[in-house]
Amino acid sequence: MKKHGPRSGSSCAACKMLKRRCTSNCVFAPYFRSDEPKKFAKVHKVFGASNVSKILFEVPEEQREETVNSLAYEAEARLSDPVYGCLGAITLLQRKMAELQHDLAIARARLARCNAAGSMMPSFNEGVAPADFGGLPFTSFTGPTTNTTTTTTESFGQGGFPDFGSPAMSDFDQYPYRY
Amino acid sequence: MSSSATGTSRCAACRNQRRRCPTDCIFSPHFPSTDPERFDAVHRIYGASKVAKMLEEIPPEMRGPAANALHFEAKCRIRDPVYGCVGIISTLNEEIRDTGTELAKLRARVAFLASGAQERQLGQDYTIVDDHWTEQQQIGNVVL
Repeated sequence: MKKHGPRSGSSCAACKMLKRRCTSNCVFAPYFRSDEPKKFAKVHKVFGASNVSKILFEVPEEQREETVNSLAYEAEARLSDPVYGCLGAITLLQRKMAELQHDLAIARARLARCNAAGSMMPSFNEGVAPADFGGLPFTSFTGPTTNTTTTTTESFGQGGFPDFGSPAMSDFDQYPYRY
Repeated sequence: MSSSATGTSRCAACRNQRRRCPTDCIFSPHFPSTDPERFDAVHRIYGASKVAKMLEEIPPEMRGPAANALHFEAKCRIRDPVYGCVGIISTLNEEIRDTGTELAKLRARVAFLASGAQERQLGQDYTIVDDHWTEQQQIGNVVL
């Protein structure tokens, strides 16, 4: 679906805000419609119109809509969190991922114990008493738990973010989850 | 890294902007002359005046983290002009979803195995009790 409809002669949101004539080949017009003034306002506040147009000219036309959407997302994040911006969201997600990996390791260990216990299970003809099962966790296991600690946004208020002063955090190559 | 009292040692921003670096330069604590690439990246994506405005709106003690975050996001955008650091967020969200699914499956499997093992254990208990009663009846018969 094309974002840019028929040009009615009205300016796009960018040209309205910049108070200039919106030409037929305006780079902003397809992506900043006049009925979405806030979208351009946010992007302009963070990046500036000339930087946005430079970025748009760098990417192929078919990818410009995605580019504008990601710029709008980043701008929104930066305005909501002037210190950490999108990096705050990335940190939260990385922590969530670390918690999940931890829970996964625990679940795998439990599964391994279950499988091992199942293979060691004696036949009933041997008459082995339940106590001889060696303290397996069957009696204490209460089924799937929801013990994953949820990272709430309250615990990650601005003062709670880690200090990104070390060079490693600002080096994109150190990002652990980038494949 | 020093702002200039004498004007001889400028920060990376002031070098880039070809101007004198004042003692209260807002850039100099965070964009040292020893790392020109750092300012180049943020300047390319945000522009010097936007960066200065953003830093001015933040308490001084938070400007360091803010400058680091801006640098990180600028680098992401330079590497990936279409998605920038939003690409990382998308990747992380996908990985979290996949890992969560795997975890749920594992937990269900563990619960299934555990419940099956408990049933087998109960089955064995009854069998042992049956054998015991059978034995007792035989003993009783002998005694009697």
